[in-house]
Amino acid sequence: MTVAFLLNGTPVRVEAEAPTRTLLDWLRSGGLTGTKEGCNEGDCGACTVMVTDASGSKALNACILFLPQLHGKAVRTVEGISGPKGEMHPVQAAMVSHHGSQCGFCTPGFVVSMAVAHLNGATDHDDQLAGNLCRCTGYAPIVRAAEAASGEAVPEWMVADRASVAEFAAGEAGAFRPEDSDALAEWYLANPDAVLVAGATDVGLWVTKQLRELTPVAFLNGVRDLQGIEARGGQLHVGACVTINALREAVAERLPSFGEMLRRYASVQVRNAATIGGNIANGSPIGDGPPALIALGATLHLRRGDEMRSMPLEDFFIEYRKQDRKPGEFVAGVSFPERAPALRCYKISKRFDQDISAVCGCFNVTVEGGRVSEARIAFGGMAGVPKRASLAEAALVGKDWTEAVVNAAAEAMAGDFTPMTDMRASAGYRMLTAQNLLRRYFHDLNGTAVSVLEVSA
Amino acid sequence: MSMGKPLPHDAAPLHVTGQARYIDDLSFPANALHLAFGLSTVAHGEITSLDLSAVRAAPGVVAVLSAEDLPDMPDCSPSMHDEPLLAMGTVHYVGQPVFLVIADSHLAARKAARLGKITCRELPALLTVDAALAADSRFEGGPVIWAKGDAATAIAGAPRVVEGSFEVGGQEHFYLEGQVAAAIPQEGGDMVVHSSTQHPTEVQHKVAHALHLPMSSVRVEVRRMGGGFGGKESQGNALAIACAVAARLTGCPCRMRYDRDDDMVITGKRHDLRILYRAGVDDQGRILGLEFTHLFRCGWSQDLSLPVADRAMLHADNCYHLAHVRIESHRLKTNTCSATAYRGFGGPQGMIGIERVLDHVAFAVGREPLEVRKANFYRGMASADASGGDISASMKAEGSSKGGEVDLTSRGAALPVGSHDLPADGAVQTTPYHMPVEDFIGHELVAELERTSGYAARKAEIARWNAGSKVLKRGIALTPVKFGISFTLTWLNQAGALVHVYQDGSVALNHGGTEMGQGLFQKVAQVTASVFGLDADRVKITATDTGKVPNTSATAASSGSDLNGMAAKAAAETIRGRLAEFMAERHQVQPSAVTFADGTVKVAGESYGWEQVVAWAYQARVSLSSTGYYATPKIVWDRVKGTGRPFFYFAYGAAVTEVVIDRLTGENRILRADLLHDTGTSLNPALDIGQVEGAYVQGAGWLTTEELVWDGKGRLATHAPSTYKIPACSDRPRDFRVKLWGKPNREDSVGKSKAVGEPPFMLGISALYALSDAVAACGDGTVYPALDAPATAERVLMAVRRVEGV
Repeated sequence: MTVAFLLNGTPVRVEAEAPTRTLLDWLRSGGLTGTKEGCNEGDCGACTVMVTDASGSKALNACILFLPQLHGKAVRTVEGISGPKGEMHPVQAAMVSHHGSQCGFCTPGFVVSMAVAHLNGATDHDDQLAGNLCRCTGYAPIVRAAEAASGEAVPEWMVADRASVAEFAAGEAGAFRPEDSDALAEWYLANPDAVLVAGATDVGLWVTKQLRELTPVAFLNGVRDLQGIEARGGQLHVGACVTINALREAVAERLPSFGEMLRRYASVQVRNAATIGGNIANGSPIGDGPPALIALGATLHLRRGDEMRSMPLEDFFIEYRKQDRKPGEFVAGVSFPERAPALRCYKISKRFDQDISAVCGCFNVTVEGGRVSEARIAFGGMAGVPKRASLAEAALVGKDWTEAVVNAAAEAMAGDFTPMTDMRASAGYRMLTAQNLLRRYFHDLNGTAVSVLEVSA
Repeated sequence: MSMGKPLPHDAAPLHVTGQARYIDDLSFPANALHLAFGLSTVAHGEITSLDLSAVRAAPGVVAVLSAEDLPDMPDCSPSMHDEPLLAMGTVHYVGQPVFLVIADSHLAARKAARLGKITCRELPALLTVDAALAADSRFEGGPVIWAKGDAATAIAGAPRVVEGSFEVGGQEHFYLEGQVAAAIPQEGGDMVVHSSTQHPTEVQHKVAHALHLPMSSVRVEVRRMGGGFGGKESQGNALAIACAVAARLTGCPCRMRYDRDDDMVITGKRHDLRILYRAGVDDQGRILGLEFTHLFRCGWSQDLSLPVADRAMLHADNCYHLAHVRIESHRLKTNTCSATAYRGFGGPQGMIGIERVLDHVAFAVGREPLEVRKANFYRGMASADASGGDISASMKAEGSSKGGEVDLTSRGAALPVGSHDLPADGAVQTTPYHMPVEDFIGHELVAELERTSGYAARKAEIARWNAGSKVLKRGIALTPVKFGISFTLTWLNQAGALVHVYQDGSVALNHGGTEMGQGLFQKVAQVTASVFGLDADRVKITATDTGKVPNTSATAASSGSDLNGMAAKAAAETIRGRLAEFMAERHQVQPSAVTFADGTVKVAGESYGWEQVVAWAYQARVSLSSTGYYATPKIVWDRVKGTGRPFFYFAYGAAVTEVVIDRLTGENRILRADLLHDTGTSLNPALDIGQVEGAYVQGAGWLTTEELVWDGKGRLATHAPSTYKIPACSDRPRDFRVKLWGKPNREDSVGKSKAVGEPPFMLGISALYALSDAVAACGDGTVYPALDAPATAERVLMAVRRVEGV
């Protein structure tokens, strides 16, 4: 295997490493120890690095980033955030003067996240830093530093990667890294037991936590024709390899509640890697993409060799970790209505940012002349699969859209699910909250304030 | 004068550029080996067979050790020698190390450690305080009981009785740098150990014990930790000992770090507990008599649980005078990880109990909670200014009675016994442990915070807003803090320092404290530089090293600056005294006429550069190196009786937190926090504000999102940041106003400052009672919310339903 990329501006070729060697492990064993391991699962951000390709510069977690994913890209670590003569980047200087570091262990990751946000002109600091945990400062001085640095010019070395990577001739990757879906389809048909790695935000943990050997492996982040988002005939057609951040941008104005939910989907680093295809194909009952897409009435597109087929997304999920997917078949994309004014997505978790849902409830009820004509209600966290609340929907359709009807539908929902108790929530809380989210939806559509995130002191 | 300047952390430029080195960043020789533990998967069981053949055969494995390989099993305990490095026949919790893998890489060691086949005959596991109480499974013979006055009679005669039961969760430290150590064998069997520890001398002691070496043959170095919070006071022992044992066995340097999930499963956390309370009150909510029962879940080994539970008892009063009080503390032994030190060391658990009582009492008597709190405050300092308060003259600590067994260096040691006359409540009121509270500034401090936070007006505005809001409800609370400063094990209140002045005028500083991010090194450097009249950046800060300053106490109990600052000051003053004497002799004046300021030395109308004076002194053969030593005055404590003056002084603070909750889901958010905290005359206001802000957020996290969940088999379900949720960036109060009180410590502390590490953690308690206030707003005032901690969305929703009567 040969992987070539730019490291802090200098071309490197990595030979004969296992395809699942993580960037973090490789960096640290090579002496670039500024990038830290905090959790080894993409939840703390201490290992954040900047990765640049034709689509721009992004923050990513190096602990769950496999070397072949970097082929042809430019990587910048905290050591490269400082200038070539050791000059401090404005965010570094601001972190010093605003007392943004205490123990310093999370600091390199923060600095990289801040530098990437600074480069991209992003000033939504709470969202940009949601994937970086700090246990010492309480974050206030870090945000002060980010605000102070936001007016400073971007140093030239930070923009250099964009030009360098365009000129960089990486050559063929040794690992299997198809560049279009035809190549993927052919290879996967021949290797149906292979692991397809898109963003590696879940598969990464199979390696770092379960210590599994994965073979054979295909890396999908070079498959360009699965990275498109197209608006056509009132539908958005989204390729499987579209990242969650790209999806978020696409739906932010069209489907604002879905966009707001995706803002809280993991963290910037994870959303920059994770794909909607991976989120669906993974089949997790607590992925946040499927409930929203099911509420939207999304259609899933699968491909096996040259055969394509489509189905309503909810039909894909058969039971816990079992999907309607044949050997050698992969998720090619998903399409869903471009507009849904009544769509609301509610994510309930212990922490607002970068947490996995205890319950994710998505509601899309059509009311015509005061009467419910169609209801699509889907939940994550309530069953072994993302699942519609069919009884609750039935209790609404054809009825007047009133609080009494909504309450009756909420009661009916008790028959839709038998949720479980785990470390995120009890079964009782899950059911009660699911029912109450329908009530929240009613208040929300009536214009009543329902979000604690929209209240200030 | 560099003391008092808001300088950045000394290592900040290294932190932000990735150059600051932590132990795993150090270069080790190519033959260095890596270690990992194989862990118990059952909570309690007898090991019937241990098959390690697959482990031994795994790629990269050099050696595998289990109990049978270590007949002389090293002990890791900081207290009563009840923590074998590897399980000996019986496992006591899920995550207990059973065998040790030595391999050529970290990953190889981790992979091999998963291949062990540990077969156990499972024994009944005690997982809860109820189970432990029923089995009478506990540390110490029975509950510890301290009392003042006659609580039972006072309660019996009170117009009202308010009682309840309160569950308080534990807390994972979540230091960003996990536990890590390395040992490098030296000539003649000596050992050098790098350990991410708050307590280098404890590691030195434990490694020496394990290797049968005198302490002088083991040197422990700590440059910095990536966070500690108490989690590195004793929990790093096992890694350091394992590295030393493996290094001796193989002759190679050995390194060990826990993967995050292993770290969270193996190591101890803040103690969770249940608090039972019964208060007799008058119609104004004044407490006439109060009984507390603390049920601490201590885990499988004693560790530091006794002093932690003691400190909870010592903070059961917080800012409130309790004339008749009885505190009964059970330290229960369970088959869970051994709960350990965590910022506040039991203080938060004690304090949150009395705050619950006052919240409940206020609800019961229908008064504003802050008014009830103030009505119960200690009498103010103004009326208590007379006495110097040194009761130690009549009460001298004696050494421990159990000399042979004692770990002298740890807070878990057996404790001294003394005797003295008890002061009575008079003009100066006394605590439940009979210590006069002479420095109480709660009245003034709270009045100031009420004013600056606009508490009363906001409370009224929130009530109006709530009346018009159907789904969302806001709440607000002000809670105060009084935290005692000193180790309760009196002999630990000492420190040493070593200061060198080199012939070019540069200064090197070493002391017994460790740097875990709190800025201790910078503060002590500022103290040292001030003595010489230099800027702080002229003082080189060097790694904590048991070979330079011996017999250090843990950097814990908020004591770092107080103790080490004074020791460094003493060392620097010795050198300055020699320089003054030398210059005075040259100019035929008194040494006191020589002054050191702004990098110059002034004497007899002449002004010389510091470097010049140092060079002359060197040529004149004046010693330019000195140790310094400090022992905290006035303190004395009898923990058996629960009487004395365990604390040199108290640090104070108060916080107002405002929250909003959603009555349909229990989702909640901190909207604003106003903090006012007493750090005396701050040694460095920027670092102090950093401590206060960070501690508040960590304290609020403890009480809101940070939930530890064990399953019915004693397995920790929340063993990674994916499931254990410390506050993230947006969880800090969006409107965050932090001020320091700024008045000097009345005691003679370093620069008249006050300790700051732990006290502001308890400002976070205001968040829980703001949530309680918001929940109460969902009801009609007849049902108390009785909100347990942590107040996750789920607990908030269940409390809402209670007050709604659903």
